[in-house]
Amino acid sequence: MIDLDFGAVLAQWPLLLKGVAFTAGLTLVSAVVGVALGVACAWARAWGPRALAWGVAAYVELIRNTPFIVQLFFIFFGLPGLGLRLSPEAASVLAMVINLGAYAAEIVRAGVESTPRGQVEAGVSLALSRAQVFLHVVLPPALARVWPALVSQIVIVMLGSAVCGQIATQELSYFANLIQSRNFRAFESYIVATLLYLALAVALRRLLNWAGPRWLFGR
Amino acid sequence: MVDFTLWDIVRNLLLAARWTVALSLIAFVGGGLVGLLLLVARVGRWPGAAGLVAGYVQLFQGTPLLMQLFLAYFGLPLLGVQISPWTAAALALTLYASAFLTEIWRGCVEAIPKGQWEAAQSLALSFGEQMRHVIGPQALRIAVAPTVGFLVQVVKGTALASVIGFIELTKAGTMIANATFAPFTVYACVALMYFLLCFPISAWSRRLERRLSLGR
Repeated sequence: MIDLDFGAVLAQWPLLLKGVAFTAGLTLVSAVVGVALGVACAWARAWGPRALAWGVAAYVELIRNTPFIVQLFFIFFGLPGLGLRLSPEAASVLAMVINLGAYAAEIVRAGVESTPRGQVEAGVSLALSRAQVFLHVVLPPALARVWPALVSQIVIVMLGSAVCGQIATQELSYFANLIQSRNFRAFESYIVATLLYLALAVALRRLLNWAGPRWLFGR
Repeated sequence: MVDFTLWDIVRNLLLAARWTVALSLIAFVGGGLVGLLLLVARVGRWPGAAGLVAGYVQLFQGTPLLMQLFLAYFGLPLLGVQISPWTAAALALTLYASAFLTEIWRGCVEAIPKGQWEAAQSLALSFGEQMRHVIGPQALRIAVAPTVGFLVQVVKGTALASVIGFIELTKAGTMIANATFAPFTVYACVALMYFLLCFPISAWSRRLERRLSLGR
């Protein structure tokens, strides 16, 4: 008979709570900066000078075709070889921002490119600068169109952040590891952490679906 | 102190990359088979099956793959099954892939106009015949591109098997980095190898997608 003891894991609730809070914070910061980076890259690819567009395309392909854990290890273990030594937290945020930026760039670009030409021309004819046209005419409806895809991607990045515990960033999976190393209840500990991730994913999706229309692209 | 040349690093990584490829293929093929069964259960009209499969998909898409790997690795021994990292990784990745593939394919089946189902029914075809002769072939056409695209995600997913101690490309990279004290070079090589594996598949998937949209 299997003998499960969830009590031993749940007794460590302050650690679990700390982990949930850290994962949420990590995701929030990366989501804001990552989406901003994605928008900048989408602008560069759709409207920017040719050389910049090529550079962004290379960045996007490179990130989308390599695993997140390798990107994280490269930043945390590899970059000190170039003299850039980052704390685990900084390396985690940087890796998540770079990762999300590449995916968001493709998603936002799809929205930007589906903008009817007439809207851009209408903006220009009102004597708006190119930057103003992009920010006020093209971007808000483009974001509204691709928001569901963007939300899914942010959730994927949040779930991916479980790997950050491997470089000793103190997020949820790190504490799940710590708890099981103390009481040897590995399975129970990971079940609890997994359910907490599931709850975080559902909550994050709800939050973003509510916050996007309210603050990002009106109505 | 032993000196390692770049070739030593690359050669050993290439040897380990075989396991990344093997694990990817097992997860993709196994996931495809399980995914197909789930798809049939979902579009077939068995009471309750659709909801169960939807819950299964939500469970795998809403939790980290890393946790799924840990649960397979630490959970099965509780049932008295001794399990190697290799089996745990293959099992977890297969289930993970099945959840995503069944969801992709469901979208493809639902994209087929209702009239096609009705036409097939009016010809007195059974459910199996409808799937095999009418819905299947049409859904397959639109399913190819996203399915190939998902293969990239499976290859990248296998990198997480390194965490439970399965020696594939990423784990080999960590071990070599610890031996050579050259993490920058090693992880750059590891990333490059994943890129060389994944980029052709991504490009292929995109080409399929373009060809499909031209064909309409």
